[in-house]
Amino acid sequence: MIQIKNLYKKFGKNQVLQGVDLDIETGGIFAVLGPNGSGKTTLIKCILGMVIPDSGTININDYPIGKSEEYRRNIDYLPQIANFPSNLSVEELINMIKDLRVIKTAKDKELIEVFKLAPYLKKKLGNLSGGTKQKVNIVLAFMSDSPLLILDEPTSGLDPISLLRLKELINSEKEKGKTILITSHIMSFVEQVTNDIVFILEGKIYFKGSISELKSKTGQEDFEHAIASILQKSYA
Amino acid sequence: MKINSRHIITLFVLFLHTALLAETIIVCKNCEFTNIQEAVLSAKDFDTILIKKGTYKEINIRIDKPLTLLGENYPVIDGEDKGEIITIYSDNVTIDGLFIINVGTSYTSDFAAIRVVKSENFLIQNVVLEKLFFGIYLEKSNNGRVFHNKIIGDAVEEFNSGNGIQLWYCKNVVVEQNIVQHVRDGIYLEFSDNITIRKNISTNNVRYGLHFMFSNHDLYEDNVFENNGAGVAVMFSKHIKMYNNTFKNNWGTASFGMLLKEINDAEIVGNTFEANTVGINIEGTNRIMYRNNDFIGNGWAMKVRGACYGNHFEKNNFLYNSFDISYNSNINDNIFKSNYWSNYSGYDLDKDGIGDVPYRPVKLFSYIVNRTPEAIILLRSLFIDIIDFSEKVSPVFTPAELMDNQPQMKRISYDSN
Amino acid sequence: MLKILKYSCYDLLRSRWSYVYFAFYLMLGTVLLFLNNDLSKAVITLMNVIIVLVPLIGTIFGVMYYYNSKEFTELLLAQPVKRSSIFLGQYLGVALSLTLSLVVGLGLPFAFYGIFNSAAMSEFTLLLVTGAFLTLIFTALAYNIALSNENKIKGFGYAILLWLFMAVIYDGVFLMSLIAFEEYPLDKFSLIATMANPIDLSRVLILLKLDISALLGYTGAVFQKFFGTNFGIVISSIMLVIWVLVPTYFIYRKAKKKDF
Repeated sequence: MIQIKNLYKKFGKNQVLQGVDLDIETGGIFAVLGPNGSGKTTLIKCILGMVIPDSGTININDYPIGKSEEYRRNIDYLPQIANFPSNLSVEELINMIKDLRVIKTAKDKELIEVFKLAPYLKKKLGNLSGGTKQKVNIVLAFMSDSPLLILDEPTSGLDPISLLRLKELINSEKEKGKTILITSHIMSFVEQVTNDIVFILEGKIYFKGSISELKSKTGQEDFEHAIASILQKSYA
Repeated sequence: MKINSRHIITLFVLFLHTALLAETIIVCKNCEFTNIQEAVLSAKDFDTILIKKGTYKEINIRIDKPLTLLGENYPVIDGEDKGEIITIYSDNVTIDGLFIINVGTSYTSDFAAIRVVKSENFLIQNVVLEKLFFGIYLEKSNNGRVFHNKIIGDAVEEFNSGNGIQLWYCKNVVVEQNIVQHVRDGIYLEFSDNITIRKNISTNNVRYGLHFMFSNHDLYEDNVFENNGAGVAVMFSKHIKMYNNTFKNNWGTASFGMLLKEINDAEIVGNTFEANTVGINIEGTNRIMYRNNDFIGNGWAMKVRGACYGNHFEKNNFLYNSFDISYNSNINDNIFKSNYWSNYSGYDLDKDGIGDVPYRPVKLFSYIVNRTPEAIILLRSLFIDIIDFSEKVSPVFTPAELMDNQPQMKRISYDSN
Repeated sequence: MLKILKYSCYDLLRSRWSYVYFAFYLMLGTVLLFLNNDLSKAVITLMNVIIVLVPLIGTIFGVMYYYNSKEFTELLLAQPVKRSSIFLGQYLGVALSLTLSLVVGLGLPFAFYGIFNSAAMSEFTLLLVTGAFLTLIFTALAYNIALSNENKIKGFGYAILLWLFMAVIYDGVFLMSLIAFEEYPLDKFSLIATMANPIDLSRVLILLKLDISALLGYTGAVFQKFFGTNFGIVISSIMLVIWVLVPTYFIYRKAKKKDF
C-alpha cells in the first residue's frame, strides 16, 4: 500500500527525518509511535503531501505522490488539532468537504448519530468546545470511506463514551479491509486497537513489528514498559 | 461727450447725404458690372454697391471713397491665394455680407482679407472669412465697428499664419460678436486705446485667443476664449477692464487662461477660468483688483512670478485646482481676502460663514515643483501632504504672511452680490 | 479553485471584519457626499482615501486572513485539491470580498446621490477600478509576506512596513532623489520610479483624470507623450495588471514548496 524509501526532511537546522524506509501492507491497523519530536507527524504529513521531503520517494499503490493531488482522494485524514474556519457551521463544513471530495455515498448521517452531533449542526465552529470539535473532526475523517485512513492523535479531548465509539469505528473499518495509520501517545489505546506498531526514533524507523515482538525484544512484560525501556536506552 | 455729439451730427449729415444722393450699383454675372473693382471705380461717394450671389475672383479692391459694399446671399470673393482682397482708404465705409476666401500668404507683406487704413467710421459686419492670412486688419483707424463676423482660418504654425482681427494704433473701436478660429492670434491689439471687445468667441487659435500689447483703457467682457495654443495674453498695458469672460481648456507647457505681464491698475471681475494648465500667470503686475472670479479645475489657479505688488484678491472661488497659488519667492505684497477655497479644511465654530483658521493658498509642494518640475508626478501623494502640512505649521519656503484671514465656508454666489 | 474561492468568500462574507470594512466605506461615502454636498470635492477626498487606506486595509486583511485560516488551509491540504488552487482561491476570496465591500460600500451612497448622471461618473469609476486593483495587489503582497513568515507578529510587522514604505517612504526617497539630481533630465527616471510602486502608479492613473491640466504644464517630451496621449493610461493599466500578476505568481510558486 505505502512504500517509503530513504526519506529525508530538514526544517531549518533541525533534521527531522533521516532516511526513513517503511513498507505498509494493505489491510490492518498500524500504530506509528515515537517520542515528541521524533518525526511522526512529519512522516504522516509527507504521506499526505503537506510537507515536501528534501529527498526520498513515497509511493502509494505503486504510484509516486507529488505528481497529482488525486491520490488524496483515497486517503482520509484526521488532523491532530481540530481547528476549523470559525464562521462556518458544522453542517456547512461537512457539506463543504463532501463537495470538495465529491463524495457520493457519505456516511455523515450515521456518524452524526453515533457521536450525537445533531444539536450542533447549525452552530458555528468557533463556538464549539474542543471535544465537540474533535467529534466533528472524526465525522469528517470517517465519512468518505477511503481505503487508507490516517489518524493523528484521534483520542485527544474525547469523553469515555466517544472514545469507545471511536474504537468501535476503527475496528469496523479494519473489518472492511482498510489500511489505518494511527499515531497516539496513549499506549493503552494503541494496545486495544492494534498489534502492529512502527516505532520512530530520531528520524529513523527504530522498530517495526508486533507488540509481542517488541516485548520480547526489550524483555519487558507490558507494552508501556517496553516503550519506556527503548526511550531510556536511547537517552542513556 | 464732445466727440459723441460731433459723431451724431456727422452721422446725421451723412444720412441725409446718402438718402438724397446715393445710388445703388449692382454687380453680378450678367450685370453691367461683373467685377467689384470696376463698380467701386465708377461709384460716387455714399453709393451702395450691391453684390449678387456668385464667385468673384479679385484681389486688391481699393476703396478710397465712402461706400457701402453689400453682399446678397453671401457672394464669394476668391483671392486665389494671390494677395490682399479689400483695402479701405476712406472714412464712412461699410462692408456687409461678403464671403471672402483664399487670401494670399506672404512672408514679406501682411495680406488681409479686409484692411482699413487711416479711416474713420467704418463698419464691417456679417462677413465670413475662410482660408485667410490676416483677417480684418485695422490700421490707425478710429471710431469703427467690427460686428458679427466669422473668421475661420487653417493656421497650423505661427510663422506662416496671420491674426483674425488686428488693431494697430486704433481708438474707439468696438469688436463685437465675432467668431474667430484657427488663426494665429484670434484678436490682436497693439497701441490701441479705448477699445471694447464684447461677446466674441475666440477658439482653437495657434497662439493667443486675444493678445494685447501697449494698449490702454480697453474693456473686454463676455468673451469666450477656449482651447487656444497659449490662452490670452495682456502685456504692457494700463487700465484694462476684464469682465465676465470665460477662459477654458488651455492646456500645455506654456499655456494659461490668461497671461498678465507688466499690467497696472486693471480690474478683473466675474471671469471664469476653467481647466487651464495655469488660470492666470502674472508677472510684474501691480494694483490689480481680482473679484468674483471662478477658478475651476486648473493646474495652477494663479502663478505669481516676479514683482507683483498691491494686488487684491477678493471674493473669488478657487475650486478643485491642483494648486491654488504658486509663488516663486517668499515675499508677498498682495492681499487675499474673503475668498472661497475648496481645499480649505478649517472649521467655523462661531457659524459666521468665515473659517476660524486662516487659509494658506501657497503650498510647499508648489515651491518644489517650481524648482524641480518633474516632481509634479508626486502630486497628491501622502508624503507630499505630510510635508505640505509641516510647511503650513511653520512656513519656511513660502511667504509666511500670505494667507486669507477670512476664508469663506461656502462657495460665493455672485448673483447676491 | 472555484470551490475554494466560493468557500473563502462565503467565510469572509460572514466575518465581522468584512462588515466593518463595508460599513466604513458606506459611512465615508455618505459623509463625504451628504455633509459636504460637493461631488468634485468628494471625489478628490476619495482619491486620498483610496490611495492610502485601500492598500493598508488590503495588506492587513490579507495577512490576518492567512494566519487565521491556517487550520482551514491544513484541512484543505489533506483533500484531493491542488495546492495552487487552495492558495489562489483563498487569495482571490479575500481580495474579491474586500473589493466588493469597497465598490458596494462607496457605490451605494454615490448612486443615491445621482453619480450616474453627473460629469464625475468617469472619475468615480476610475477611482473604484484603481481601488479594486490596489486591493488585489496589496492582498497578494500580503499573502506573499504571510507565506514566507511562520511568525504571526513578524508577518504583521513586515506587512505594515511594506505599506509604510510604499505609501510614504518611497515617495520621500523619490522626491529627495529628484531634488538631488535636478540638473539632470529626470522625466524617464520619474516615470519608471512611478511604475515601480503600485500606489504611485494608481495615483498617477487618477491624476491623468483629475489633474491633467497641471501635469501638462511640464515641458519634457517624455512626460508630454505620457500624459498628453492615451499612452499614459494604456501603460499604467498594463503595469497595474502586471503588478497583480507577478505577486500572484509568487504566491503560486511559494505555495508549491511550502511545508505545513
